[in-house]
Amino acid sequence: MQSVRRRTSPVFDQGFRWASYGSALIVLAVLAGIIGTMIYGGWPAFQEFGFGFITSSIWNVGGEQFGAWVAITGTLTSALIALVIGVPISIGIAIFLTQLCPPWLRRPVSTVIELLAAVPSIIYGMWGLFVFAPLFANYVQIPLTTLVEGMPIIGTILYARVPSGVGMLTAGIILAIMIIPFIASITRDMLDQIPSILRESAYGIGCTTWEVVRHVLLPQAGVSIIGAVMLGLGRALGETMAVTFVIGNANRLSLSLFDPSSTIASRIANEFNEASGLHMSALLALGCILFVVTFIVLALARLLIARVKTP
Amino acid sequence: MDTVVDNQALAAAPAPWGRVRRSRYLADRVLKIACTLFTLLGAFVLGWILLMLLYEGIGGLSPAVFTETTPGPGTQGGGIANAIVGSLVLTTLGIVVATPIGVLAGTYLAEYGKGSVLATVIRFVNDILLAAPSILIGLFVYILMVQPMGGYSGWAGGVALAIIAVPVIVRSTEDMLRLVPGSLREAGAALGAPMSKVIVMISWKAARAGMVTGVILATARIAGETAPLLFTALNNNFWFSPTLMGGVSNLPVTIYQFALAPYENWRELAWAGALIITMSILALSVVARLILRKDRIR
Repeated sequence: MQSVRRRTSPVFDQGFRWASYGSALIVLAVLAGIIGTMIYGGWPAFQEFGFGFITSSIWNVGGEQFGAWVAITGTLTSALIALVIGVPISIGIAIFLTQLCPPWLRRPVSTVIELLAAVPSIIYGMWGLFVFAPLFANYVQIPLTTLVEGMPIIGTILYARVPSGVGMLTAGIILAIMIIPFIASITRDMLDQIPSILRESAYGIGCTTWEVVRHVLLPQAGVSIIGAVMLGLGRALGETMAVTFVIGNANRLSLSLFDPSSTIASRIANEFNEASGLHMSALLALGCILFVVTFIVLALARLLIARVKTP
Repeated sequence: MDTVVDNQALAAAPAPWGRVRRSRYLADRVLKIACTLFTLLGAFVLGWILLMLLYEGIGGLSPAVFTETTPGPGTQGGGIANAIVGSLVLTTLGIVVATPIGVLAGTYLAEYGKGSVLATVIRFVNDILLAAPSILIGLFVYILMVQPMGGYSGWAGGVALAIIAVPVIVRSTEDMLRLVPGSLREAGAALGAPMSKVIVMISWKAARAGMVTGVILATARIAGETAPLLFTALNNNFWFSPTLMGGVSNLPVTIYQFALAPYENWRELAWAGALIITMSILALSVVARLILRKDRIR
């Protein structure tokens, strides 16, 4: 006890307290800094084009005309596709891990799923472009295009002018793979937290696993699963490298899911290094829009899943 | 605890009040098969990606990859030694900056702030940063450092990576410190130790394995980050300058540029780089899990 006293001066004690306080404030400052720089840097573009910056779909670097509509819809559409594909699979994985999996298999399987989250996004991009896209073009796009050609609505949505494999749907599929580990592991944690007495009593009155999942687990964990889905959505909206590889980076509005498009993040990644003046400002304004959207989505996610562990 | 109920037996055996109806049995079957298939699909995709990396990358792995610098356009041969070293330097820089900030901020949240409004706000902000698009962090550091300093630099790259690593470390540090029982702290305080001493000697010590895991996971996270480096450290084909000013060659951006290039040897190097970086990151993630697991068992 003597040594405890002797070696710690009040100065150290106070200093330590202030250092940890200061470090915590740095976290706040970083977020404020990001918001600040996006607004500051994007301001000239907002000022020049006003509300038209969001609604216009013209993106002409030479003519200094910038509109974000294509990138905004591209971001939202690709993220939506990712959710439509990824959410059922993620919830299925979570149900498998908590309800169906034999105990000895639980840890290896969850590790494998979580390792999917550790693979860098650029690797997903390379895999998507060089492995997945050619297969997708040959075995999905070309047959589908010949099948649906001329049909109303479906003929437009699933028609590939150039069946190269890159495009909106491919980006959505790659994004789905990338968000599955996040949604699955949070949903698994939520399902684990449901008191087992609820499940057991449902089984006790003769419910099948399906009925337990449908009537006990999903209603119990419902809100937090929606939170997990929103967290996945937040990640899908901001994902850059994988999307840049597979979306085709075209500035055009198209109703076909097979056509190339671009997202806010992919456009920034592609053009920022060559940008200057109003062009750069337009890209920062895009970043500002992306930040606002993801902030809202992530904030809602956090409210819904009060607090769970993320890997 | 997990209760595994054998539903096949349940479906086959008549329940006291009658048989399980066929439609119920069918729905149950469909759910189980679908869930199992989805899990297999997830594992299959990981396996597919890893096998592809091995298949495409292993042919390109030669001694030159680790000894020679990146080749210029149209030249033959070359390696990615400068990119590997540059990545190590940037990642180390990022983690060295992020660790003290992250650990101290996590300590504030778990020990000093606890239920205060400020701590709640910071915790929320940290969770937002944890999932914020990393490309925006690249833009932020571009405006913050690259523009004022007049050019791309390793310092800017390191800071961008640090900003991505901090929330990971804050989160894991706080979570681990919260697991330390309060009675340990009380025992320390009863001995007359000041708060800082209790935290450093007792809380940190008890949570050490978890905190180390957090730092390793943060390293794994930033080692593969590409987007924030595009606008901060950028890339070049040479060894980095000792002052870390100017572009610093790094693996992710090299992979990005080489994979899409029209030169055969560039693509081979991109695959080799992808293999190296993915294996390193997966190894780090597995090590982090093992440390935590060992600690939990003990």
